[in-house]
Amino acid sequence: MSWLEVFAQVEIHRRTDTCVNQNGFCPDWIVNNFSDRYVDPLFRHLELVLVSVAAGFVIAFALGIVAHRRRWLVGPIVGVTGVLYTIPSVAAFLLLIPITGFGLITAVIALTAYTLLIIFRNVVDGLNATPDEARDAARGMGLTDNQVLWRVEVPLALPEIFAGLRIATTTTVGLAALAFFAGAGGLGGLIFGDLVFKSNVVVAGGLCILMAFALDGLLLIAQRLLTPWVRARQA
Amino acid sequence: MTFAAFDFGDALDFIVNGRESVTGGVQIGGSHLLPQLWRHLELTGAAVGIACLVAIPLALWLGHVRKGQFAVASVANVGRAVPSLALIGFAVAYIGLGFPNALLALTLLAIPPIFVNTYVGVAQVEPEIVDAARGQGMTEVEIIRHVELPLGLPLIFGGVRTSVVNVIATATIAPLIGVVTLGDAIVSPQVYGDAGQLGAAVCVGVLAIAAEFTFALIQRAVTPKGLKVQRQRQAFTRRARPV
Repeated sequence: MSWLEVFAQVEIHRRTDTCVNQNGFCPDWIVNNFSDRYVDPLFRHLELVLVSVAAGFVIAFALGIVAHRRRWLVGPIVGVTGVLYTIPSVAAFLLLIPITGFGLITAVIALTAYTLLIIFRNVVDGLNATPDEARDAARGMGLTDNQVLWRVEVPLALPEIFAGLRIATTTTVGLAALAFFAGAGGLGGLIFGDLVFKSNVVVAGGLCILMAFALDGLLLIAQRLLTPWVRARQA
Repeated sequence: MTFAAFDFGDALDFIVNGRESVTGGVQIGGSHLLPQLWRHLELTGAAVGIACLVAIPLALWLGHVRKGQFAVASVANVGRAVPSLALIGFAVAYIGLGFPNALLALTLLAIPPIFVNTYVGVAQVEPEIVDAARGQGMTEVEIIRHVELPLGLPLIFGGVRTSVVNVIATATIAPLIGVVTLGDAIVSPQVYGDAGQLGAAVCVGVLAIAAEFTFALIQRAVTPKGLKVQRQRQAFTRRARPV
């Protein structure tokens, strides 16, 4: 067989790979293309989510601690973060591009903004839900206001805070699928790139969904480890 | 920053005056945005409407008998975990383009918040209140209609409000599935140009915020008077508690 014949056969094979040609769901194609096409965007997606949620948590937790002491701040903070939360993510990415440029930073700023409302509300509600008896007992033992906050109120608020963190994380995984509009890549760019190809949509979309469930599960495990008393009480 | 000001000025010009498309020959922006806006609202209204018809009766019943917590939690989790773009992608790849297909995808997106909020709104009604209603001789249907539904209404409308905002956001990428909404300029910058893309982003942002405020007002209007008084009293005692 001459090289020309081999080449022709390969060509014919590619053209007659009916599954790919018909935009079907093709396990072979997925196995062959997974590492080249999907691994880098997957890690970029994960990076976007972790950076944004971490930044959002730091900001929202700090705001929550401040607003816990000064209750009048809760309304304005919920109002502002609520408006940010309402702006559709695609619009937010595009609106930021003229200001912060095309790339990762823009996507992270928008995604961080979306986590603020959820985490802030849960931090404030959690701190607020401390039973009066626990607070009184702590004060009776001679704890200062700061000690009451960090040793009593924050630990007791952990389940609520983690609930907020989990919702924020799964939401961010979904919103990061649109971060390619800001030039930040991620799995969404792949979905957008070939919408009619079932294999592509299932792998890229499926990875988003798996990532959401995996991160949610990890946070749940972290919460169990950090709040052993909750299970002890239930048992 | 001067560049940014120029970009936004150009985008506003696209919204207000319109222009010829980058590819030439077609007028875009300005009054040509109105049919797109209408399509956007039509798709959103239909999706949320159908979602209400499906989710509210089922959740009312489940909440009334206080069963199916696990199912509700699953709907909430899955609903959050499936990215809107992936949902549109699945729809395009498996059922193809067109308004009905876009409607199906967006309805699936709209169901979880309405379903979960309705369930919680009904299930959180205190059992004593339901018992009192039953003791007065109300049938189960009457209890749902005259007790649980009104008390759950604020939360139900909260769910509808969340869905409306989500669906408006996702209808932005509906041109991918063949429905020409306000997002057309966002997914086709090669036709609309950067100013068109930015202008459409401004329109969609304003639309979402307007919808959020409208529904916040409706939500306040449907809150039973008794609940408002109760909530104010709670807020007052909460504030009065020494910190």
